[in-house]
Amino acid sequence: MAAATPAARPATRFEPALMRRKLSGTVFYGACLAAIGLLLLTLVALLVDVFVRAAPWLDVDFLTGVPSSRPARAGILPAMVGTFEIGLIVGAVTFPIGVAAAIYLAEYAADSRLNRLLQTNISNLAGVPSIIYGILGLAVFVRALALGPTILSAALTLSLLILPVVIIASIEALKAVPQAQREGAYALGASRWQMVRRSVLPAAAPGIMTGIILAMARAIGEAAPLILIGAFTFVTFLPNPIEGQYTVLPIQIYGWATRPQADFQGISAAAIVVVLGLMLVLNGLALVVRARLSRHIQW
Amino acid sequence: MTAPPISLTHRRPISERIIERLLFAAAALGVLTTLGIVAVLAFETFEFFLEVSPIEFFTGTRWSALIKPQSWGVLALVSGTVLVATIALVIAIPLGLLAAVLLAEYATPRVRNVVKPILETIAGVPTIVLGFFGLNFIAPQVLRPLLGPDNIGVFSALSGGIVVGILITPLIASISEDAMRAVPRGMREGAYAMGATKFEVIRKVVFPAALSGIMASIILAMSRAIGETMAVVLTVGTKPQLTFDPTESVQTMTAFIVQISIGETAQGSIEYKSLFAVGATLFLLTFVLNLLSGWVVRRFRTAY
Repeated sequence: MAAATPAARPATRFEPALMRRKLSGTVFYGACLAAIGLLLLTLVALLVDVFVRAAPWLDVDFLTGVPSSRPARAGILPAMVGTFEIGLIVGAVTFPIGVAAAIYLAEYAADSRLNRLLQTNISNLAGVPSIIYGILGLAVFVRALALGPTILSAALTLSLLILPVVIIASIEALKAVPQAQREGAYALGASRWQMVRRSVLPAAAPGIMTGIILAMARAIGEAAPLILIGAFTFVTFLPNPIEGQYTVLPIQIYGWATRPQADFQGISAAAIVVVLGLMLVLNGLALVVRARLSRHIQW
Repeated sequence: MTAPPISLTHRRPISERIIERLLFAAAALGVLTTLGIVAVLAFETFEFFLEVSPIEFFTGTRWSALIKPQSWGVLALVSGTVLVATIALVIAIPLGLLAAVLLAEYATPRVRNVVKPILETIAGVPTIVLGFFGLNFIAPQVLRPLLGPDNIGVFSALSGGIVVGILITPLIASISEDAMRAVPRGMREGAYAMGATKFEVIRKVVFPAALSGIMASIILAMSRAIGETMAVVLTVGTKPQLTFDPTESVQTMTAFIVQISIGETAQGSIEYKSLFAVGATLFLLTFVLNLLSGWVVRRFRTAY
């Protein structure tokens, strides 16, 4: 059709204008670099700002002390203990439930309407704002089940919050296991559960554990839902998991950051350094666990 | 073929069936969570609407829960939320997409292995830390010197929008990068063969082909921005008002929920119930956005 026309066109119609086109490409590449540069600069500014503010306050007394109305004497031990207790409970609750749900969805579920609904529901839950989980926890754990505003209520609420994340990460890990691994187990006469338990789970373990540790890091850094579960209190004693008041690191940071005095901003920054350190440890742990568990996996 | 087949294990052993039930129960817990959220929000919101007319709630523009005379126009909170989320997206869309292009199209594997973990680090920083950064750095050391201390206060929608923008940039970058990397190599090579420059390949081939993933990432980021709490609560202030001036102090839906929860609010009081009504509004808004994001991916996905 039009194939005959190009030869008839005057030769001047096509101008490669390569210089101009290449130049716009260079400008665009520059913009990309600038964007990344700006992001890195922001991260550096954040870290430097926090560390400079925190430096005068970070000492052993701060780590082992209790909150005080005088910044110089304030410490974060109760908040640290609260965070550890919550982290432990969240891990203990989400690990079995999250992995079990992932196994069902990845290994058992047929492609039925019900199972698709379960899957869709979990990805939708992952998008629900964390503060909504706080409202749920307030109504269900604190009030209806009468657990009160305690570490236990807070941990259960955070478990619900990160369960979708754990499930999605575990499903990814299970799906990454090659089909031959399953067929091999069946060929040896394994039942479905034996196949999953002895063949697929060990192969998926690195991915699953990484997902769980990173989800725990998220739970530990989360503050919004806990404000509804009564974490925003002045606690000068080590919290008990099932009764009495408690606080956690992110809430302590928030509490101090709302005070106008520069000294309180300082100890708030010091608490941030502790939280960031904790995140670093957890991320490092995820790397180590991943490396250790994948030693025997080869395909 | 007369003898019946010898059944080795015609029925699966009981233990296998129990295990499957247990696994199913774990997966179904999610549905219970969803039902719980909906039930809790619906019940208390209904109670709230027994005292406040839904018309006042959804059309009023003045929100005053703690200062008498009380007024329940949720639009004042919704507009604050939308203002902050819009500023965040104006920052995060260009930054996130440019970062995604750099990682997917320009960066060597070595550069990507350095830059990607850094982006993930930003995504993993607890949001309260970003709130602190907004309160102590962005507002006093960037915005106020830049715009003049008379023009912008310590608390502003702009300051909140910037920190939320920082927070959602890695989300856009990471999902968009995946979408761009999923575009088959052959399409790029075809364009190169026709004489396109690298920029033209990115703009006219890769970008349109990855558009469904990019749009989904933006909608997800919008949902995150609307639901973000701790970064906002320290930066935007506590002044609910219907305004589109980014230098004004506002209050978002999430920040209001925090304010009510911290104060001494008796269970069963109208203020307590308003928390659930605002929560329900927030839930619906993010829920619709999440559904939209999934729909965009399914509807506009082009399989290669």
